[in-house]
Amino acid sequence: MDAESLLLSLELASGSGQGLSPDRRASLLTSLTLVKRDYRFDRVLFWGRILGLVADYYIAQGLSEDQLAPRKTLYSLNCMEWSLLPPATEEMATQTSVVKGRFMGDPSHEYEHTEVQKVNEGEKVFEEEVVVQIKEETRLVSVIDQIDKAVAIVPRGALFKTPFGSINVNRTFEGLSLSEAKKLSSYFHFKEPVELKNKTLLEKADMDPSLDFMDSLEHDIPKGSWSIQMERGNALVVLRSLLWPGLTFYHTPRTKNYGYIYVGTGEKNIDLPFML
Amino acid sequence: MPSSFRNFFLLTHFMEDSTTLKQEKENQELVEAGQPWEEMVTASSQDPESGLSEPPEVEQGPEAGPQTRSSPPGIPQSGASTPVDDLTGPGASTPPSPPQEPSTSLSPLALARQDFMAPWQSNKTTSVISEAGTPPSDHLEQPSDKGESTSHQTCQSEGNTFQLSQQTKCHLYGPRDVSYNNSKEKELRFAISQEKDSNSNYDLDQPESGASEMAPNMLEIAIQNAKAYLLKASSKSGLNLYDHLSEMLTKVLDTRPENPVDIIENISQDVKMAHFSKKLDTLQNENEMLPTYEIAEKQKALFLQGNLEGADQELEDEITEHALPNVMESAFYFEQAGVGLGTDETYRIFLALKQLTDTHPIQKCRFWGKILGLEMNYIVAEVEFREGEDEEEVEEEDVPEERDNGDSEADEADEDELPRSFYKAPQAIPKEESRTGANKYVYFVCNEPGRPWVKLPAVTPAQIVIARKIKKFFTGRLDTPIVSYPPFPGNESNYLRAQIARISAGTHVSPLGFYHFGEEEGEEEEEIEGGRDSFEENPDFEGIQVTDLVESLSNWVHHVQHILPQGRCNWFNPIQKSEEEEEEEEEEDEEKEDEKGEEPDYAEQEVGPPLLTPISEDLEIQNTPPWTTRLSSNLIPQYAIAVLRSNLWPGAYAFSNGKKFENFYIGWGHKYSPDSYTPPVPPPAYHEYPSGPEITEMDDPSVEEEQAFRAAQEATVNPTEENEETEEDEDEEDDYD
Repeated sequence: MDAESLLLSLELASGSGQGLSPDRRASLLTSLTLVKRDYRFDRVLFWGRILGLVADYYIAQGLSEDQLAPRKTLYSLNCMEWSLLPPATEEMATQTSVVKGRFMGDPSHEYEHTEVQKVNEGEKVFEEEVVVQIKEETRLVSVIDQIDKAVAIVPRGALFKTPFGSINVNRTFEGLSLSEAKKLSSYFHFKEPVELKNKTLLEKADMDPSLDFMDSLEHDIPKGSWSIQMERGNALVVLRSLLWPGLTFYHTPRTKNYGYIYVGTGEKNIDLPFML
Repeated sequence: MPSSFRNFFLLTHFMEDSTTLKQEKENQELVEAGQPWEEMVTASSQDPESGLSEPPEVEQGPEAGPQTRSSPPGIPQSGASTPVDDLTGPGASTPPSPPQEPSTSLSPLALARQDFMAPWQSNKTTSVISEAGTPPSDHLEQPSDKGESTSHQTCQSEGNTFQLSQQTKCHLYGPRDVSYNNSKEKELRFAISQEKDSNSNYDLDQPESGASEMAPNMLEIAIQNAKAYLLKASSKSGLNLYDHLSEMLTKVLDTRPENPVDIIENISQDVKMAHFSKKLDTLQNENEMLPTYEIAEKQKALFLQGNLEGADQELEDEITEHALPNVMESAFYFEQAGVGLGTDETYRIFLALKQLTDTHPIQKCRFWGKILGLEMNYIVAEVEFREGEDEEEVEEEDVPEERDNGDSEADEADEDELPRSFYKAPQAIPKEESRTGANKYVYFVCNEPGRPWVKLPAVTPAQIVIARKIKKFFTGRLDTPIVSYPPFPGNESNYLRAQIARISAGTHVSPLGFYHFGEEEGEEEEEIEGGRDSFEENPDFEGIQVTDLVESLSNWVHHVQHILPQGRCNWFNPIQKSEEEEEEEEEEDEEKEDEKGEEPDYAEQEVGPPLLTPISEDLEIQNTPPWTTRLSSNLIPQYAIAVLRSNLWPGAYAFSNGKKFENFYIGWGHKYSPDSYTPPVPPPAYHEYPSGPEITEMDDPSVEEEQAFRAAQEATVNPTEENEETEEDEDEEDDYD
C-alpha cells in the first residue's frame, strides 16, 4: 500500500484484522516520508509486517520511476530506523529453504541447520554432519522476495507500459468495474511476466500490449489459491492469498484505491492442497 | 443487429409500396442476398428505367429547388447545400416528390414508372443507412413517408451532425446516378468504401460547379467540406472523428488532468470505451448493485432498532444492557495492540450483537471473533442463555445414533449368508451437556452484520477428535459438507463449532486472580472427579501491574477447560457404560466375551491441566514458545497495555490493562504447526479370512516325487482309494467353511 495514503489503506484492509497500533501508524507516516527523501524513491510502499516471536519486522519498499525495476527493500523494528536489505539471490533461496518455524525478530539471530554431506576419501565414503549457520536477515530477504514474486498483485490497468518499455503508473486508471473486480483475470502479478511468453497466439489476440504485460492470477497454481470476496456490500473487493496466509489485497471498485499488505508469520502454507 | 434491422425496414417498405413484379423480384433478391450493397445493384439495374422517367422528374426538379431555397438561409449549411440541390434537381432524380402528388397528376404509364421509382427510392435510403451507420429510426421513416425532399429540409433546419452527414451523402447520389445512367457499366459491385472514395471525389468537384453558379465564399465552403469530411462516419464503428474529438476535448477540459498530452491516447480510448459501456449499463448494472442495496437495507434495520423499543420495556432493557458487552471499548484496546477490525465494521458488529441480545433470552454475550472463509467470513458471538431457556434442542442428536445401531443389527439378521463383519464400532462417547465442558457456551454466527444470526449445534467429542486430525478451509456457508479423511461427522457448522471449542480452550486467558473458584462448589463431588469446572469473578481482584503481566506468563491463567484427547473436558469412562449396555449380548455369545477379555478392562483416565492453570505451563510447540507478550507501546509505556499473542493459534490475542481483559480471535481457524500437515494413514485392512496351511499355495511336485508317488500307488491299490475318499471329504469340508 502506498505510504502516502496509509491511513485510508489500513482502514480498507482492516477486514483481515491485522492493523497497526496508533503509535506505529504515526511513526510510519513520519519515517517513510524521510525514507523517500533520503533514498530518492519515486514511490514508497508500506509492504507489511512479519510477526516474530520476540519482535516484528516492519517492511517498506521503494520504487523508482519504472515500476517493475528491481525494488529496494527496507526493514525496521521500531518503525523509525530503517535499514536497507540486500537484493535476493537464487543462492539465498536455496540456502534458506531448509529453515522452518517462526521468525525470531532479531536480524542477527542464526538458525542452525545440520546437513549430511558425503565426503569421499579414496574409496571410502564418509557421511559427515555439517552445521550450517543461516542468518535471519538472509531468510528475511528471501521470504520477502518469495512473497513478492508469488502474491504481490495489482489490478489490471493500474500500470501501463510505454512504447519505450518502461512501466509507469497509469494516471487515468479509474478502478475496475464491479463485474471485472470479481474475476481473477483482472488482477496481475506485480513482477516481470513469466507465463506470458507461453501463451498461444489465440490467447494473445485479445490482449492490449500496453496493459496486459504481466501474468494474471487466473492460472495460478494450485487452482483456488486465492479467496476473493466482496465486502461491505460490494463496495470493496478483498483478495486473500491462501498460499501465503496473511497477504490481503484490497481494491475499491471504480476508484484508484488499491494495494496489498502482508501481515503474517512469513511461512508458506504448504498444506494448501489438503485444505481446499 | 443493424443489418437485420435494415432488412426488416426494407421489407416493410416494400409492403407499403405494394408494387407487382418488381417488388417480387426485389423480395427474392433480398432473401437471397440479404446484403445492402447487393440491393444497390438491383437499384442500379433499375436506373435505366428511372432514366426513362426523366422528363416528369425534370418537371418536379424546379419544384424541389425552390423548396430548399425557401429554407432559412441564415444557417451556413443551407448555403453550401443549395447549389448541390440545384445540381441534383435537373441532373437526375434525387428529390422524388411525395407519392400522392404524381399519382393524381400523372397518367397510368407514369404511375407505373412511379412504381419503379419507389423501390429505387427505398434502396437509396438503405444505402444511406449503410454508410451513415445506424441512425435513429424516426429519421429513417421520414423519407419513406414524405419523400426525400422534405427530409432534406428537416435535415438542414436541424443542423444535426448526423443528418448533416446523411445530407451530404444524399446530395452525392445525384451526380453518381447520372454517371451510372450514362455509362451503364458493370462496375456496380464495388465495395462501399470504394463508392465512398468516388463520392469524395464528387464532393470535391461539386463546390466548383456550385461556386460558378452561386459564388459563395470559397473559404466557407472549404471549411464546410473539411467539416463534412470529419463528420463522415466510420464504416466499422459508425463514429465520426468530429464528434470524437469534441468529446475528447470536453473530457480534457472537464477533468483538467495535468500534462494531458501524455495521456491523450488513454483519453481517446476511454471516450471510445464509454460508447460500449453505456449499452451494457441497461443490462447489467441493476443486478450488480442489488447486493449493495440489500445489505444496506438490512443494516438500516440495525440502526433503527433502538427507536422501536417502547418505554414499557425498560426493565428488560436493563437486563439486556447488562448482557451486551462494550465492544467498542475492547476494540479500542485491541487497536492499541495493532489488531482488530476497523472502527466502522466493529460498530456494525456491535449493533448486530445488540440485535442478538434483544431477540434472545441471553444472560451474557461476548464478541468472540471473526473466522475468515473462502467466500464469506463468520462473525462469532459467544452467548450464555438465561437459566432454563436454552433447552430447545436437547437430545435430538442421540436418537439417530441409536437408530444406526439398530439398522446394523437388522442387516446382520437378514443377510446371514454373507460373511459377517467382526468390526465393532467403539462406544460412542456422549457429548457434554449444555453449560458444561466444551458446550459451556452457545455460539451464534453470522456472515455480515445485519444478516441473521445462526445458532451453532452443540459439539460432540467425536467431532473434536476428528477436527484435530483434519485441516480444511471454511467456505462461509454453514451447510457445506466437509470432505476429508478421516471423515468428519457433520457439515461445516459442526466443524466450525469444534474449532471454536478448541480455540477457546487453548487461547482464552485472563489475568491471575480475576477469577476464582466458587466456595460452595469446592466441597462437592466434582472435586473428586479431578477438576472443578466452574468459577466466578473475584470481587477482591485488585489488578496486576501491566509490566508484571508482560514479564511473566505465570500471571495469566486459562479460564476455559482443557479438552482431553477424548474430546471432552470432563473425562468419561467408556468401558463402564458399555459393559452395562452389552450384558445381554454377552450372555448370548460367549465368543464376544472372549474378545472382550482381550481388551483392557480399565481405560486409563485422561487428565488435563485443571482450570485456572497459568499459561506458563503450556507446552512448547517444537522449541517455539506458545505465547508472545508485548507492551502495546514503548513510546509511552506508562499508559500502555499488556498484549498477549498466541503462537499456537495464530490470530488469537488477549489484552489486559491490569484490571480489564478481553480475548479475541481473527484468522482462518487453524492451529499452527511447524511441520507440514500429513493426513493420517488409513488403518490396516482387516483379514478377509483366517490364513492357514489349507489355503496356502503348494509347490508343484517334481518329476521324481511324482514317480515315487506313482510307485507307491501301484504298490498299494486299495489304501490309495481310501485316501482319495478322505481327501475328497476334506475338500468338501473346506468348501463349506
